[in-house]
Amino acid sequence: MSNHAILEVKNLKVNFDVSSEGDMPWTKAKKLQAVNDISFSLNAGETLGIVGESGCGKSTLARAIVKMVPAESGEVVWLGNDLLGLSNAETRPYRKQIQMIFQDPLASLNPRMNIGEIIAEPLRTHYPKTPESDIQARVSDVMSKVGLLDNLMNRYPHEFSGGQCQRIGIARALILKPKLIICDEPVSALDVSIQAQVVNLLMDLQEEMDLALIFIAHDLSVVKHISTKIMVLYLGNMVELANSEDIYKSPSHPYTQALISAVPIPDPSVEKNKNLIMIEGDLPSPINPPSGCVFRTRCQKAQDICSQDKPEFKEVSSNHEVACHFND
Amino acid sequence: MIVANKSKIKKMAENLSESGAGRSLWKDARMRFMQNKAATISLFILISIVLFSFIGPYFAVWSYEQIDWNAMGSAARVGMPSIESGHFFGTDDLGRDLYSRVIQGTQISLMVGVLGASVAVVVGTLYGATSGYLGGKIDQIMMRIVDILMSIPYMFVLILLLVVFGRSIGMLFIGIGLLSWLDMSRIVRGQTLNLKNKEFIEAARVTGVTDFKIITRHIVPNLLGIVAVYATLLVPGIILAESFISFLGLGVQEPSTSWGALIKEGAGTISYDTEWQLLFPLAFFVVSLFCFYFIGDGLRDALDPKER
Ligand code: SF4
Repeated sequence: MSNHAILEVKNLKVNFDVSSEGDMPWTKAKKLQAVNDISFSLNAGETLGIVGESGCGKSTLARAIVKMVPAESGEVVWLGNDLLGLSNAETRPYRKQIQMIFQDPLASLNPRMNIGEIIAEPLRTHYPKTPESDIQARVSDVMSKVGLLDNLMNRYPHEFSGGQCQRIGIARALILKPKLIICDEPVSALDVSIQAQVVNLLMDLQEEMDLALIFIAHDLSVVKHISTKIMVLYLGNMVELANSEDIYKSPSHPYTQALISAVPIPDPSVEKNKNLIMIEGDLPSPINPPSGCVFRTRCQKAQDICSQDKPEFKEVSSNHEVACHFND
Repeated sequence: MIVANKSKIKKMAENLSESGAGRSLWKDARMRFMQNKAATISLFILISIVLFSFIGPYFAVWSYEQIDWNAMGSAARVGMPSIESGHFFGTDDLGRDLYSRVIQGTQISLMVGVLGASVAVVVGTLYGATSGYLGGKIDQIMMRIVDILMSIPYMFVLILLLVVFGRSIGMLFIGIGLLSWLDMSRIVRGQTLNLKNKEFIEAARVTGVTDFKIITRHIVPNLLGIVAVYATLLVPGIILAESFISFLGLGVQEPSTSWGALIKEGAGTISYDTEWQLLFPLAFFVVSLFCFYFIGDGLRDALDPKER
């Protein structure tokens, strides 16, 4: 593992225009802040876990990094180049190095293409002159890497289970030997037993190919094993970013504390006595987020200052950053 | 022991079943279509009707415009269906051979239906896919145009066109083709919008596949099913429209004919004891329409993604 950051995201913001029912064409659309001022860096071979409720902007963040949704401002520096400043044609070479895995394994495979074609597509796109025999060899190579028999090549996606489909998706992401794979809730749609298989597979591949991963999930228990660093998002804002162990040992933000208290502990006596911190109420609308601290509407520790000033995102100990006025 | 064997057996079974070619969705659909008896029989009947309209003329004794002076004016007595006279389906009131005229009408009606549907499919698919894929303002404008065109009563425009520009098959095509693609474009647009947000399109975009490749490789193949179903249901609709126009006396021009025109003539002379003049064209018309609908139905069931 090198200590050199391959990906640096600086102050990334993404806004969506939302027009409500009955608006006139000339009415100015409301702005929805999907991702607000997010910065982090990722080293080669590391894993960043991103956790948050659905609707907190984690998928949007992932898509903004690969330029699937336009960013409002900020930088995405990939190996020294700001991707956001590049044209589509200029971005193309970098697309080889960053791949993505999706939430719904079956929906991420074209139902009219067979597995061989699906896995080979990135290769054919970036190296159109590769001879057919090489393509076949590369495809069966990655298939065996993700634990699929290569005689399945002529099969179609609907003939596979969810876990197998996700393996196919991983094989497609691996074929170009990328440096970073963004996993957008790759296991949320799978059975628990298969979740572990897929997570273990990703960890093995990471070690073997020195991959960096961005692993998105909506609860902490999934990212726990795989992540080096964990970022907690709430309503498009970072609320805590720290090393994986630090977050578990000393969560500083009330939201993180609540999330961790919700992770089941496999020891019944501990589990029984654990004090569960409940988060009450609904996620506020991102169209008009609460003033001051975004979490204040559901925070048990909220004081007057929380509604007036937005807490800064600052270090509480080394490599442990939190956005809360009362972080102790 | 048993457990160990089980896993081995499972592996073997996997190896056995997993080698060889997989079942593509098209193969699946074909199998399911074949299992639908009504649809398969309809397809068979329809193919027979088409073949008949091409091979039939070789057996005809009379051409479709030739007048049998014997039968003229006395169709009820002389012009009845018979093998000896060569009028297999009898004659019409003018003494023209109904067998040849039904064949001719079949050709015209099917041609109008199939060509009209093809125009609708090509124009509607392109228009709808473009509108859906581009999205935003362009999509809004393109779809409002469709809305406006749809609000115009179809038959009214068709009749007006034929009255103003004169009766001709060409005009009929333009009129039908001009308006029948509207539904198609809406359906295709909806489907494209749906597909555009599918993760496999996103996966292709992340990898850097070009827009053109995405449309041709990922969107169009996934649209074909719904387009095929809609097209088979559109053909009978267009045949009906053409027949209605012909029934009003505005369609094809004599001596050419179509099912609608033949039915009109047959219905006009029904009180003169010449019921075959109505029944033969009517039978062809009804059977073909049923066949188209059954095939469309079968296709829809076979291609329905929910049953996957
Ligand atoms: S700043 Fe206030 S409202 Fe926000 S998390 Fe901290 S205590 Fe809660």
